[in-house]
Amino acid sequence: MPKLNKHIYTVSEITQVIKGLLEEQVGEVWLEGEISNFKAATSGHFYFSLKDQGALILGAMFAYANKGLKFNLEDGLKVICFGKIDVYGPRGQYQIIVERIEPKGVGAQQLAFEQLKKRLDQEGLFDLSHKKPLPQMPFTVGIVTSSKGAAVRDILQILKKGAPCVDVILRSVRVQGEQAAGEIAEAIMDLNDLKNLDLIIVSRGGGSTEDLWSFNEEIVARAIYGSRLPVISAVGHQINTTLSDLVADVFVETPSAAAKMIVDKKNTLLTQLAGLRYELDYSISSTLGDLKNKLTAFTHMLKSPRDHLLEKQQQIDELFSGLNYNMRHVLELSVQRSGALIQRLEALSPLSILSRGYSLSLVMPQGTILKDAASIKPGDKLKTVLHKGAFTSLVQEVWEDAPRSF
Amino acid sequence: MKEKTLFEEDLKKLQKIVEDLSSGKITLGESLKKYEEGVKLAQSCSATLAEAQRKVELLMKKDGKISLENFNDTDPEEK
Repeated sequence: MPKLNKHIYTVSEITQVIKGLLEEQVGEVWLEGEISNFKAATSGHFYFSLKDQGALILGAMFAYANKGLKFNLEDGLKVICFGKIDVYGPRGQYQIIVERIEPKGVGAQQLAFEQLKKRLDQEGLFDLSHKKPLPQMPFTVGIVTSSKGAAVRDILQILKKGAPCVDVILRSVRVQGEQAAGEIAEAIMDLNDLKNLDLIIVSRGGGSTEDLWSFNEEIVARAIYGSRLPVISAVGHQINTTLSDLVADVFVETPSAAAKMIVDKKNTLLTQLAGLRYELDYSISSTLGDLKNKLTAFTHMLKSPRDHLLEKQQQIDELFSGLNYNMRHVLELSVQRSGALIQRLEALSPLSILSRGYSLSLVMPQGTILKDAASIKPGDKLKTVLHKGAFTSLVQEVWEDAPRSF
Repeated sequence: MKEKTLFEEDLKKLQKIVEDLSSGKITLGESLKKYEEGVKLAQSCSATLAEAQRKVELLMKKDGKISLENFNDTDPEEK
């Protein structure tokens, strides 16, 4: 049953009581949880919830407290924070006002690094497509490092010994401490303004992760990304990769390695030049050799007219012997044929008629053969040829058309 | 100061000459001319790389003005 002299609280009063109780009983605590519903208000204050499997508590981190925070608060991030449990009357909510916050498991700096790396990666600062090729041979190299450090000493010594053709322009900067990142970034930009420079080496000797931290700063990464000249990052002596390594066109693990890379380039080129020189000699001597062979071939061809002549002569000789044969053949044929003709001639000869008893009279002295009695008159001299022997006679009497009877 | 661009151009020229010569498509007169030119280029490129004189300078910046000073690297101070 309710008491008679009951006290009736106003909402504000009871809230004040609760607030008092909480502040008194709980007060400042270390709290572990996972961030969710994170919101950064335009005022600079952060509002979020912290939760675990069983419960949730609202949280606020005001601008004054979150100003120096290196990493970003984001949903899902497991944190350990220090703050005061408080009640926000107007909404009847209790919450923790966070003064300090640390990522759980990793260091704040490491987390900040990872977060920045992720952001720059998404922005394309590490893209291979943006990487510039190193020149075939950098004859003038800019170095961004401390003029008093071991890095510059290592680089200069190796270059002096291995590639003394390389000029160096050193831009001395602080390589650790708060100002370092700004100086490094500015130096990269200054060297980019020089006309004759071929390459920039951003370098620092070995040290702890903290010592190398400047090379993880966004301003350095952006300066390298924006560099017109190719950049070699040669930071530290350990495997830890800095953001400057990731953005740079080429990264090597030590300052010495950067210098050796240039020496290697020089030696490779010298070897290449020797090879080209050899090819020149080889080409010209094979060109000359080819020509010599052609010349020999031509000389052979020049000889051939005489060969032609000999060939023709042989042909002529062959024709000649053929001709001789043919001529002889023709001659023989002729002889045969003329023999036959002579026989026929003999058959037709008047002499052979004479042998049959006929005689032949010639009118002398003309010697014309007498065929018609009308062509002679008495007193003409005739020569009569017999089969054997001949005689002359004088015509006594002529009968022009005497009958042919003896 | 060496001219990087000149060196790279010379090297390219030399490579072209070697290509032309080995193609065997040019006359003897041209071949001899190119050979001579190639030998000169190879020698000058090698000489540039073999150069033993170097300069080490320190880039100084004061009030936004840039200047170059000689840097004595023979006796670097300790870190």
